[in-house]
Amino acid sequence: MAENGHGHGDNAEYYSLRAAAMQALLIEKGVCTLDDIMTMADKIDSRSPEDGAKILAHAWADPEYKKRLLANAEAAFLELGYDLPETSPKITVVENTDEVHNMAVCTLCSCFPRAIIGRPPAWYKELAYRSKVVADPRGVLQEFGTELDEGVQVRVIDSSADYRYLILPKRPAGTEGMSEEQLAKLITQESMIGVGLALAPESIPTS
Amino acid sequence: MPKVHDRGGWPNDDPIDHSEHEMEEWERQVDALNGVLGDKGLKNTDQLRRAIESLDLATYESLAYYEKWTAAMEMLLVEQGIMTSEEIDAKVAVLKEGQK
Amino acid sequence: MAGDATARFKVGDQVRIRVGVPPTHFRTPEYIQGKQGMIDTLWGAFPNPESLAYGGDGLPAQPLYQVAFAQTDLWRDYKGPATDTLLIDIYENWLENI
Repeated sequence: MAENGHGHGDNAEYYSLRAAAMQALLIEKGVCTLDDIMTMADKIDSRSPEDGAKILAHAWADPEYKKRLLANAEAAFLELGYDLPETSPKITVVENTDEVHNMAVCTLCSCFPRAIIGRPPAWYKELAYRSKVVADPRGVLQEFGTELDEGVQVRVIDSSADYRYLILPKRPAGTEGMSEEQLAKLITQESMIGVGLALAPESIPTS
Repeated sequence: MPKVHDRGGWPNDDPIDHSEHEMEEWERQVDALNGVLGDKGLKNTDQLRRAIESLDLATYESLAYYEKWTAAMEMLLVEQGIMTSEEIDAKVAVLKEGQK
Repeated sequence: MAGDATARFKVGDQVRIRVGVPPTHFRTPEYIQGKQGMIDTLWGAFPNPESLAYGGDGLPAQPLYQVAFAQTDLWRDYKGPATDTLLIDIYENWLENI
Protein backbone atom coordinates (compact mmCIF):
# COMPACT_ATOMS: atom_id res chain seq x y z
CA MET A 1 0.00 0.00 0.00
CA ALA A 2 1.78 3.09 -1.21
CA GLU A 3 1.30 5.84 1.27
CA ASN A 4 2.73 9.22 0.70
CA GLY A 5 2.15 10.53 4.16
CA HIS A 6 5.09 12.86 4.10
CA GLY A 7 4.09 15.43 1.56
CA HIS A 8 7.08 15.33 -0.76
CA GLY A 9 5.43 13.49 -3.64
CA ASP A 10 4.29 14.70 -7.04
CA ASN A 11 1.06 15.87 -5.50
CA ALA A 12 2.69 18.46 -3.28
CA GLU A 13 3.29 20.95 -6.06
CA TYR A 14 -0.28 20.66 -7.35
CA TYR A 15 -1.92 21.04 -3.95
CA SER A 16 0.41 23.72 -2.65
CA LEU A 17 -0.51 25.84 -5.69
CA ARG A 18 -4.24 25.23 -5.23
CA ALA A 19 -3.92 26.13 -1.55
CA ALA A 20 -2.07 29.33 -2.43
CA ALA A 21 -4.73 30.15 -5.03
CA MET A 22 -7.60 29.62 -2.58
CA GLN A 23 -5.84 31.70 0.01
CA ALA A 24 -5.23 34.54 -2.48
CA LEU A 25 -8.88 34.46 -3.59
CA LEU A 26 -10.17 34.49 -0.02
CA ILE A 27 -8.03 37.54 0.68
CA GLU A 28 -9.10 39.28 -2.56
CA LYS A 29 -12.74 38.62 -1.76
CA GLY A 30 -12.30 40.08 1.70
CA VAL A 31 -13.23 36.83 3.48
CA CYS A 32 -10.06 37.01 5.57
CA THR A 33 -6.70 38.76 5.62
CA LEU A 34 -3.16 37.46 5.37
CA ASP A 35 -2.72 38.74 8.89
CA ASP A 36 -5.63 36.54 10.09
CA ILE A 37 -3.88 33.51 8.60
CA MET A 38 -0.40 34.27 9.92
CA THR A 39 -1.74 35.13 13.37
CA MET A 40 -3.57 31.79 13.44
CA ALA A 41 -0.44 29.95 12.25
CA ASP A 42 1.59 31.51 15.07
CA LYS A 43 -1.14 30.63 17.57
CA ILE A 44 -1.12 26.99 16.44
CA ASP A 45 2.71 26.94 16.56
CA SER A 46 2.67 28.24 20.11
CA ARG A 47 1.54 24.88 21.56
CA SER A 48 3.96 21.97 21.73
CA PRO A 49 4.63 18.82 23.75
CA GLU A 50 6.62 20.96 26.21
CA ASP A 51 3.36 22.56 27.33
CA GLY A 52 1.82 19.18 28.10
CA ALA A 53 4.99 18.02 29.82
CA LYS A 54 4.97 21.08 32.07
CA ILE A 55 1.36 20.49 33.12
CA LEU A 56 1.80 16.76 33.67
CA ALA A 57 5.07 17.21 35.60
CA HIS A 58 3.18 19.56 37.90
CA ALA A 59 0.63 16.80 38.42
CA TRP A 60 3.43 14.37 39.37
CA ALA A 61 4.83 16.87 41.83
CA ASP A 62 1.54 17.96 43.42
CA PRO A 63 -0.94 15.16 44.24
CA GLU A 64 -3.75 17.64 44.93
CA TYR A 65 -3.24 19.22 41.51
CA LYS A 66 -3.24 15.76 39.96
CA LYS A 67 -6.64 15.05 41.49
CA ARG A 68 -8.03 18.28 40.10
CA LEU A 69 -6.46 17.60 36.69
CA LEU A 70 -8.00 14.14 36.44
CA ALA A 71 -11.39 15.39 37.65
CA ASN A 72 -11.61 18.50 35.44
CA ALA A 73 -8.67 18.94 33.12
CA GLU A 74 -9.77 22.21 31.61
CA ALA A 75 -10.11 23.95 34.98
CA ALA A 76 -6.72 22.57 36.00
CA PHE A 77 -5.11 23.76 32.73
CA LEU A 78 -6.47 27.22 33.48
CA GLU A 79 -4.75 27.22 36.89
CA LEU A 80 -1.45 27.06 34.99
CA GLY A 81 -2.50 29.71 32.50
CA TYR A 82 -3.65 27.44 29.68
CA ASP A 83 -6.97 28.70 28.42
CA LEU A 84 -8.44 26.50 25.68
CA PRO A 85 -9.76 28.42 22.67
CA GLU A 86 -13.54 28.45 22.49
CA THR A 87 -13.42 26.37 19.30
CA SER A 88 -11.25 23.65 20.84
CA PRO A 89 -12.75 20.24 21.47
CA LYS A 90 -12.91 19.17 25.13
CA ILE A 91 -9.74 17.70 26.60
CA THR A 92 -9.54 15.20 29.41
CA VAL A 93 -6.51 13.65 31.14
CA VAL A 94 -6.22 9.90 31.74
CA GLU A 95 -3.68 8.44 34.14
CA ASN A 96 -1.39 5.50 33.47
CA THR A 97 -0.73 3.46 36.61
CA ASP A 98 0.86 0.21 37.78
CA GLU A 99 -2.37 -1.52 36.76
CA VAL A 100 -3.55 0.23 33.59
CA HIS A 101 -1.75 1.54 30.51
CA ASN A 102 -3.82 3.83 28.26
CA MET A 103 -3.07 4.62 24.62
CA ALA A 104 -4.85 7.19 22.46
CA VAL A 105 -5.72 7.02 18.77
CA CYS A 106 -8.18 8.47 16.29
CA THR A 107 -9.03 5.71 13.83
CA LEU A 108 -11.36 7.93 11.78
CA CYS A 109 -9.13 10.97 11.27
CA SER A 110 -6.53 12.72 13.43
CA CYS A 111 -8.23 13.97 16.61
CA PHE A 112 -5.56 15.06 19.08
CA PRO A 113 -5.31 17.35 22.13
CA ARG A 114 -3.85 20.08 19.92
CA ALA A 115 -4.88 22.97 22.16
CA ILE A 116 -2.42 21.72 24.80
CA ILE A 117 0.33 19.75 23.00
CA GLY A 118 0.16 21.09 19.45
CA ARG A 119 -0.05 19.21 16.19
CA PRO A 120 0.15 15.40 16.25
CA PRO A 121 3.29 13.61 15.09
CA ALA A 122 3.18 12.33 11.48
CA TRP A 123 2.83 8.65 12.43
CA TYR A 124 -0.26 9.40 14.52
CA LYS A 125 -2.14 10.55 11.41
CA GLU A 126 -1.03 7.76 9.13
CA LEU A 127 -2.78 4.55 8.21
CA ALA A 128 -0.45 2.03 9.86
CA TYR A 129 -0.97 3.38 13.38
CA ARG A 130 -4.69 4.03 12.94
CA SER A 131 -5.30 0.55 11.54
CA LYS A 132 -3.16 -1.47 13.91
CA VAL A 133 -3.38 0.08 17.34
CA VAL A 134 -7.01 -0.80 18.08
CA ALA A 135 -6.67 -4.44 17.03
CA ASP A 136 -3.15 -5.09 18.29
CA PRO A 137 -2.08 -2.45 20.81
CA ARG A 138 0.57 -4.70 22.33
CA GLY A 139 2.15 -5.25 18.93
CA VAL A 140 2.22 -1.47 18.42
CA LEU A 141 3.82 -0.97 21.84
CA GLN A 142 6.51 -3.43 20.76
CA GLU A 143 7.07 -1.46 17.58
CA PHE A 144 7.71 1.60 19.73
CA GLY A 145 10.05 -0.42 21.93
CA THR A 146 7.74 -0.01 24.91
CA GLU A 147 7.70 -2.80 27.47
CA LEU A 148 4.98 -3.03 30.08
CA ASP A 149 5.23 -4.91 33.35
CA GLU A 150 3.54 -8.28 33.56
CA GLY A 151 -0.17 -8.04 34.36
CA VAL A 152 -0.71 -4.46 33.22
CA GLN A 153 -4.05 -3.98 31.49
CA VAL A 154 -3.88 -2.21 28.13
CA ARG A 155 -6.68 0.22 27.37
CA VAL A 156 -6.97 1.80 23.92
CA ILE A 157 -8.97 5.01 23.69
CA ASP A 158 -10.35 5.83 20.24
CA SER A 159 -11.12 9.56 20.24
CA SER A 160 -14.04 9.48 17.87
CA ALA A 161 -16.13 12.44 19.00
CA ASP A 162 -15.91 15.62 21.12
CA TYR A 163 -13.20 14.64 23.63
CA ARG A 164 -9.44 14.56 23.17
CA TYR A 165 -7.27 12.46 25.46
CA LEU A 166 -4.01 13.49 27.06
CA ILE A 167 -2.25 10.64 28.86
CA LEU A 168 -0.55 11.27 32.20
CA PRO A 169 2.33 8.78 32.06
CA LYS A 170 3.33 6.79 35.12
CA ARG A 171 5.99 8.57 37.14
CA PRO A 172 9.21 6.56 36.83
CA ALA A 173 11.01 5.18 39.85
CA GLY A 174 14.01 7.09 41.12
CA THR A 175 12.57 10.55 40.44
CA GLU A 176 11.74 11.48 44.03
CA GLY A 177 14.23 14.29 44.42
CA MET A 178 13.75 15.85 41.01
CA SER A 179 12.47 19.35 40.34
CA GLU A 180 9.37 19.91 38.22
CA GLU A 181 11.55 21.26 35.45
CA GLN A 182 13.62 18.07 35.42
CA LEU A 183 10.51 15.90 35.63
CA ALA A 184 9.05 17.65 32.59
CA LYS A 185 12.06 16.52 30.54
CA LEU A 186 11.06 12.90 31.17
CA ILE A 187 7.61 13.39 29.65
CA THR A 188 7.84 12.80 25.90
CA GLN A 189 5.22 13.31 23.22
CA GLU A 190 5.03 9.50 22.82
CA SER A 191 4.39 9.06 26.54
CA MET A 192 1.51 11.57 26.39
CA ILE A 193 -0.11 9.51 23.60
CA GLY A 194 0.59 6.28 25.45
CA VAL A 195 2.78 4.55 22.89
CA GLY A 196 5.75 5.16 25.18
CA LEU A 197 6.58 5.47 28.85
CA ALA A 198 8.11 8.47 30.56
CA LEU A 199 11.90 8.41 30.28
CA ALA A 200 14.00 6.98 33.06
CA PRO A 201 15.74 9.66 35.15
CA GLU A 202 19.21 8.49 34.14
CA SER A 203 18.38 9.21 30.49
CA ILE A 204 18.59 12.97 30.94
CA PRO A 205 21.59 15.07 31.98
CA THR A 206 21.36 15.96 35.66
CA SER A 207 23.03 19.36 35.63
CA MET B 1 -16.88 -2.57 3.65
CA PRO B 2 -15.80 0.39 5.78
CA LYS B 3 -15.45 3.82 4.21
CA VAL B 4 -12.02 5.05 3.13
CA HIS B 5 -11.24 6.89 6.36
CA ASP B 6 -12.56 4.26 8.76
CA ARG B 7 -9.26 2.44 9.34
CA GLY B 8 -9.55 0.72 12.72
CA GLY B 9 -8.66 -2.94 12.31
CA TRP B 10 -7.94 -2.78 8.58
CA PRO B 11 -5.33 -5.37 7.65
CA ASN B 12 -2.05 -3.45 7.59
CA ASP B 13 1.44 -4.90 7.79
CA ASP B 14 3.23 -1.61 7.17
CA PRO B 15 5.64 -0.66 9.90
CA ILE B 16 4.83 2.57 11.70
CA ASP B 17 7.11 5.21 10.22
CA HIS B 18 8.53 7.17 13.15
CA SER B 19 10.27 9.82 11.11
CA GLU B 20 8.95 13.32 11.66
CA HIS B 21 7.97 15.39 8.69
CA GLU B 22 9.18 18.96 8.87
CA MET B 23 6.12 20.99 8.02
CA GLU B 24 6.37 23.05 4.86
CA GLU B 25 5.21 26.65 4.95
CA TRP B 26 2.26 26.02 2.62
CA GLU B 27 1.06 23.21 4.92
CA ARG B 28 1.39 25.48 7.92
CA GLN B 29 -0.76 28.05 6.11
CA VAL B 30 -3.39 25.47 5.13
CA ASP B 31 -3.59 24.42 8.78
CA ALA B 32 -4.02 28.09 9.76
CA LEU B 33 -6.50 28.87 6.98
CA ASN B 34 -8.65 25.98 8.15
CA GLY B 35 -8.65 27.51 11.64
CA VAL B 36 -9.49 30.98 10.30
CA LEU B 37 -12.41 29.67 8.23
CA GLY B 38 -13.62 27.79 11.30
CA ASP B 39 -13.46 30.91 13.49
CA LYS B 40 -15.41 32.83 10.86
CA GLY B 41 -18.14 30.17 10.85
CA LEU B 42 -17.47 29.28 7.20
CA LYS B 43 -16.79 25.63 7.92
CA ASN B 44 -16.77 23.24 10.83
CA THR B 45 -14.68 20.16 11.56
CA ASP B 46 -17.38 17.73 10.52
CA GLN B 47 -17.76 19.44 7.15
CA LEU B 48 -14.01 19.12 6.55
CA ARG B 49 -14.15 15.46 7.59
CA ARG B 50 -17.15 14.80 5.36
CA ALA B 51 -15.30 16.28 2.39
CA ILE B 52 -12.13 14.26 3.11
CA GLU B 53 -14.23 11.10 3.46
CA SER B 54 -15.69 11.67 0.00
CA LEU B 55 -12.29 11.12 -1.66
CA ASP B 56 -11.96 7.82 -3.50
CA LEU B 57 -9.80 5.15 -1.89
CA ALA B 58 -6.75 5.59 -4.13
CA THR B 59 -6.76 9.35 -3.62
CA TYR B 60 -7.32 9.05 0.14
CA GLU B 61 -4.38 6.69 0.43
CA SER B 62 -2.01 8.55 -1.86
CA LEU B 63 -2.45 12.14 -0.72
CA ALA B 64 -0.45 13.50 2.19
CA TYR B 65 -2.31 14.95 5.15
CA TYR B 66 -2.51 18.60 4.14
CA GLU B 67 -3.06 17.65 0.51
CA LYS B 68 -6.27 15.97 1.64
CA TRP B 69 -7.19 19.05 3.63
CA THR B 70 -6.59 21.21 0.56
CA ALA B 71 -8.79 19.01 -1.63
CA ALA B 72 -11.51 19.10 1.03
CA MET B 73 -11.27 22.84 1.53
CA GLU B 74 -11.76 23.38 -2.19
CA MET B 75 -14.91 21.22 -2.14
CA LEU B 76 -16.32 23.24 0.75
CA LEU B 77 -15.45 26.69 -0.61
CA VAL B 78 -16.99 25.81 -3.99
CA GLU B 79 -20.03 24.18 -2.39
CA GLN B 80 -20.69 27.32 -0.36
CA GLY B 81 -20.36 29.55 -3.39
CA ILE B 82 -17.39 31.44 -1.95
CA MET B 83 -15.41 30.71 -5.12
CA THR B 84 -15.54 28.49 -8.19
CA SER B 85 -13.04 25.87 -9.33
CA GLU B 86 -12.54 27.96 -12.49
CA GLU B 87 -11.46 30.92 -10.36
CA ILE B 88 -8.99 28.67 -8.56
CA ASP B 89 -7.68 27.29 -11.89
CA ALA B 90 -7.19 30.83 -13.17
CA LYS B 91 -5.40 31.92 -10.00
CA VAL B 92 -3.16 28.84 -10.17
CA ALA B 93 -2.20 29.84 -13.73
CA VAL B 94 -1.33 33.34 -12.55
CA LEU B 95 0.75 31.99 -9.66
CA LYS B 96 2.58 29.60 -12.01
CA GLU B 97 3.32 32.48 -14.37
CA GLY B 98 4.71 34.47 -11.47
CA GLN B 99 7.04 31.60 -10.54
CA LYS B 100 8.70 31.61 -13.94
CA MET C 1 -22.56 21.59 26.15
CA ALA C 2 -24.05 20.12 29.28
CA GLY C 3 -27.59 18.89 29.46
CA ASP C 4 -27.79 15.15 29.87
CA ALA C 5 -31.30 15.13 31.26
CA THR C 6 -32.62 13.12 28.35
CA ALA C 7 -29.87 10.50 28.31
CA ARG C 8 -31.40 7.06 27.76
CA PHE C 9 -28.50 5.11 29.24
CA LYS C 10 -26.58 5.27 32.50
CA VAL C 11 -23.11 4.23 33.53
CA GLY C 12 -22.89 0.45 33.79
CA ASP C 13 -25.63 -0.27 31.23
CA GLN C 14 -24.90 -2.91 28.61
CA VAL C 15 -25.48 -1.63 25.08
CA ARG C 16 -25.06 -2.77 21.52
CA ILE C 17 -23.64 -0.54 18.79
CA ARG C 18 -25.98 -0.13 15.87
CA VAL C 19 -24.92 -1.56 12.50
CA GLY C 20 -24.98 0.62 9.42
CA VAL C 21 -22.89 2.38 6.83
CA PRO C 22 -25.02 5.29 5.64
CA PRO C 23 -23.57 7.15 2.66
CA THR C 24 -23.54 10.27 4.84
CA HIS C 25 -21.04 11.41 7.50
CA PHE C 26 -21.11 9.58 10.84
CA ARG C 27 -18.60 8.89 13.63
CA THR C 28 -19.17 5.23 14.51
CA PRO C 29 -16.35 3.02 13.17
CA GLU C 30 -17.32 -0.30 11.66
CA TYR C 31 -15.05 -2.33 13.91
CA ILE C 32 -17.37 -1.79 16.89
CA GLN C 33 -20.67 -2.03 15.02
CA GLY C 34 -22.84 -4.88 16.28
CA LYS C 35 -20.59 -5.32 19.31
CA GLN C 36 -21.74 -5.32 22.90
CA GLY C 37 -20.14 -2.94 25.40
CA MET C 38 -20.77 -1.14 28.65
CA ILE C 39 -21.42 2.54 29.28
CA ASP C 40 -18.34 3.84 31.09
CA THR C 41 -19.00 7.60 31.10
CA LEU C 42 -21.77 9.97 30.12
CA TRP C 43 -20.09 13.05 28.69
CA GLY C 44 -23.22 15.19 28.25
CA ALA C 45 -24.98 16.24 25.07
CA PHE C 46 -23.20 17.53 21.96
CA PRO C 47 -24.33 18.83 18.58
CA ASN C 48 -24.92 15.91 16.24
CA PRO C 49 -22.02 15.60 13.75
CA GLU C 50 -24.33 13.97 11.22
CA SER C 51 -26.09 17.33 10.92
CA LEU C 52 -23.03 19.58 11.41
CA ALA C 53 -21.27 17.88 8.50
CA TYR C 54 -23.84 19.34 6.08
CA GLY C 55 -23.96 22.80 7.59
CA GLY C 56 -26.85 21.98 9.94
CA ASP C 57 -27.16 23.23 13.51
CA GLY C 58 -26.52 19.83 15.08
CA LEU C 59 -29.82 19.95 16.98
CA PRO C 60 -31.27 18.09 18.73
CA ALA C 61 -27.99 17.53 20.57
CA GLN C 62 -27.07 13.90 21.10
CA PRO C 63 -26.00 12.50 24.47
CA LEU C 64 -22.41 11.26 24.09
CA TYR C 65 -21.14 8.22 25.96
CA GLN C 66 -17.80 6.56 26.40
CA VAL C 67 -18.40 2.87 25.84
CA ALA C 68 -16.01 0.13 27.03
CA PHE C 69 -15.44 -3.14 25.18
CA ALA C 70 -13.41 -6.22 25.98
CA GLN C 71 -10.78 -6.49 23.25
CA THR C 72 -11.41 -10.22 23.00
CA ASP C 73 -15.03 -9.40 22.04
CA LEU C 74 -13.85 -7.19 19.19
CA TRP C 75 -11.11 -9.22 17.55
CA ARG C 76 -10.85 -12.91 16.89
CA ASP C 77 -7.32 -14.02 17.85
CA TYR C 78 -6.69 -10.89 19.94
CA LYS C 79 -3.08 -11.02 21.09
CA GLY C 80 -3.32 -10.08 24.74
CA PRO C 81 -5.06 -10.92 28.01
CA ALA C 82 -8.84 -10.95 28.36
CA THR C 83 -8.60 -7.91 30.66
CA ASP C 84 -7.51 -5.57 27.83
CA THR C 85 -10.18 -3.07 26.86
CA LEU C 86 -11.06 -0.48 24.26
CA LEU C 87 -12.90 2.75 24.99
CA ILE C 88 -14.65 4.83 22.36
CA ASP C 89 -17.05 7.78 22.36
CA ILE C 90 -20.40 7.05 20.72
CA TYR C 91 -23.49 9.22 20.24
CA GLU C 92 -26.76 7.92 21.61
CA ASN C 93 -28.41 7.45 18.20
CA TRP C 94 -25.92 4.62 17.56
CA LEU C 95 -26.71 2.74 20.79
CA GLU C 96 -29.28 -0.01 21.27
CA ASN C 97 -30.61 -1.72 24.35
CA ILE C 98 -29.47 -5.29 24.78
